[in-house]
Amino acid sequence: MDFDLSKPQRLLKDSARDLLARECKLDRVRTLAETDTAHDDKLWQTICDQGWMGLVLPEEHGGLGLGLVELAAVAEEMGRACLPGPFLTTLTTAALIERAGSEAHRAKYLEPIAAGELLATVAFLEESASWDLDAVKLSTKRWDRNFHISGRKLFVPDADVAALLICVVREGDNLALLPVERAADGLSIKPMPTMDGTRKLYEVTFEGVTVPEADALGADGDARGALREALEVGCLALCAEMVGGMQWVLDTTIEYVKSRQQFGRAIGSFQAVQHQCADMLLMTESARSATYYAAWAVTEGDPAASVAVSIAKAYCSDAYREVGNRGIQLHGGLGFTWEHDLQLYYKRSKSSETLFGDATFHRERIARIVVDGDTVPRARAAQSEDLAWQVQPVATDSAIEVSANPSDPS
Amino acid sequence: MDLNLNPNEQRFRDEFRAWLETNVPEEWKGNTNAEDREDYIEYLRDWQRKLYQGGWAGISWPKEYGGRGATLMEQAIFQEELARARAPQLIGTIGLSLVGPTIIAMGTEEQKSRYLSKILSGEEIWCQGFSEPNAGSDLAALGTKAVRDGEVFIVNGQKIWTSFAQLADWCLLLVRTDAEAPKHKGITCLLANMRSEGVAVRPLRQMSGDSGFNEVFFSNVSVPTTQVLGEINRGWTTAITALMNERANLGTGVLVIFERNLEALIARSRTVERNGRPASEDPIVRQKLAQAYLELEILRLNTNRALTSLSKTGTPGPEGSTLKLYWSEMNQRTQQTAQEILGPYGQLKDFDNGMWEYSYLRARGNTIEAGTSEIQRNIVAERVLGLPKSY
Repeated sequence: MDFDLSKPQRLLKDSARDLLARECKLDRVRTLAETDTAHDDKLWQTICDQGWMGLVLPEEHGGLGLGLVELAAVAEEMGRACLPGPFLTTLTTAALIERAGSEAHRAKYLEPIAAGELLATVAFLEESASWDLDAVKLSTKRWDRNFHISGRKLFVPDADVAALLICVVREGDNLALLPVERAADGLSIKPMPTMDGTRKLYEVTFEGVTVPEADALGADGDARGALREALEVGCLALCAEMVGGMQWVLDTTIEYVKSRQQFGRAIGSFQAVQHQCADMLLMTESARSATYYAAWAVTEGDPAASVAVSIAKAYCSDAYREVGNRGIQLHGGLGFTWEHDLQLYYKRSKSSETLFGDATFHRERIARIVVDGDTVPRARAAQSEDLAWQVQPVATDSAIEVSANPSDPS
Repeated sequence: MDLNLNPNEQRFRDEFRAWLETNVPEEWKGNTNAEDREDYIEYLRDWQRKLYQGGWAGISWPKEYGGRGATLMEQAIFQEELARARAPQLIGTIGLSLVGPTIIAMGTEEQKSRYLSKILSGEEIWCQGFSEPNAGSDLAALGTKAVRDGEVFIVNGQKIWTSFAQLADWCLLLVRTDAEAPKHKGITCLLANMRSEGVAVRPLRQMSGDSGFNEVFFSNVSVPTTQVLGEINRGWTTAITALMNERANLGTGVLVIFERNLEALIARSRTVERNGRPASEDPIVRQKLAQAYLELEILRLNTNRALTSLSKTGTPGPEGSTLKLYWSEMNQRTQQTAQEILGPYGQLKDFDNGMWEYSYLRARGNTIEAGTSEIQRNIVAERVLGLPKSY
């Protein structure tokens, strides 16, 4: 057993850190956070030239065909740098197209995405702001071999820079995934100004937007399953970002308490301060364990992978917020200022907390399997098969969705 | 990164599991501390002898000293399999995990040949005479005095919280041999015979009802100078070696115990009621159970990461402190969750054989034993984060 990055994974991570330290300095982040889109063409191209946008995409579509551990390694560095812009949402969209799209869809969209030429987003949340797949209410009408969409999606990330939106709509008991171009007739977007300037959110309104039936993704497959998996990929990359953010807050705080003097000595010599730092480390490392394990489990197709993703997101959501709280507390008044970069991470922790479902959402998802199932799934490694995860009927379709009634596992 | 067991690890696990299947008698299973048996000491000695004869005692020790030279990962598997088979506890655990490795590292050839094989066979039981009433977290402040008189030391003083002292034949004993030197530099480590004249043991009862640890009094106990482990006045180095070995024992055994406990709690949550329906359907209970579960899974992952890092660096380091901090506080939260779910049933001594009442009380000690949470946080702050010493 080896719970550590391999040498190539370590090199990838180090090179990501070096590049972002050069190309995405915090004054740049701060400037971008105050723009309308938080997007910078030059920075974007630099990232895509590294192959990061296609890191997990198949090689035949211009990707590198690597696994989620590699993605997590790079995303962690993005989180440490507080990289603004549409990486995460474009990644999620690409994962969705890869899973739900036909060969034609994949050929059409994935290569431009991997090359950085196409920015894309998923329009999922509605007024309920719930990540439960069953919370999607926006329905469409079909005639003349077209879908006709009228309605509203909320909290759509980076919709202003994305040339392509995949709109998730209800079709009876099923979901449909409809690609809509940003320039489509009847589509309008309006910013939803929010706390975290590095990740812009939009209200997207559809007024009789038409999508040819033939363009729908997932027509020949399982749109729900594809969506669930794609959201898990995005969720995992987000967790890794959160780990990187926690690491930055921890490192910055440690530097500060070593140098800041009060009562004639470094405040880092006081146990009241030290113990908070120890807790920050423990939370950061625990978040890292959970995230990399989940990345490995999803890559391996481990049956416990969905639970692992929820463990990671539930833990990271609480931990990043708390690490931020302690970090600011230990910086005193300075930590509360606009000038100090901590505020960028603190706000990012809040937007990350709710994106792809907060801790409460993911704990309920865990409970659906652990409390309602017959067998408690266990992380692999140094353990035996007899306690290992067995797929339960309840588990098969409960990945990112949670029934409104917890006793009803349908 | 590969979290599967490698073929060697798998083979080790299969071999030990098969051995346990044929060698743990049915009546022993689950009766892990067996304190209700009148013959429990003999019973536990028998168990260790059996392990020894099967070649499963002291697996981490080098082969030349009768061990197996097991890797850290194999040691973790070993602990996990023992717990999984509901095998009795190891009566010689202090000797196996702490004294033996320290004698191997610091002992003379005479000491090695005199003590090691009897530790393995369980023929001689050891205790660890470190803490004192006024030297707990500040261990180096210990005051038990040893004055040299020709070829012997005369020992006077008191130790406390000494597990297994009521059974032990020998004690790894820290004493002060130079009262004038700075506190870390006047300590010596002795291998003291518990059957010597002047040694008195008084059992202490814990709030959970267990009586695993003791006070030990030394009055004019004579210990030959050949019984010094390491060097005179350099006993602090010996103590650190011993403590590192203690912390390197990363608690994969408790992991299995926690798993069983949580599984029992989840099963119970389906039968006890809350607001007129099974507690397992209550949204708050579900949140708390899921939190307990995810924290336990992360304990396993943190442990496996620490094992990987220890395997690569070779020497036990401060990783043990983060793990200890994590699991002790986690178990207290989980036991509180259990009490909330079970309500007054959780306090009953004959509900589920009193396991919830016991587990709740026992967990209270977790953040104190083997280094308090405060000391663990100090260690993490100073040795991992590099913050200045606070004291």
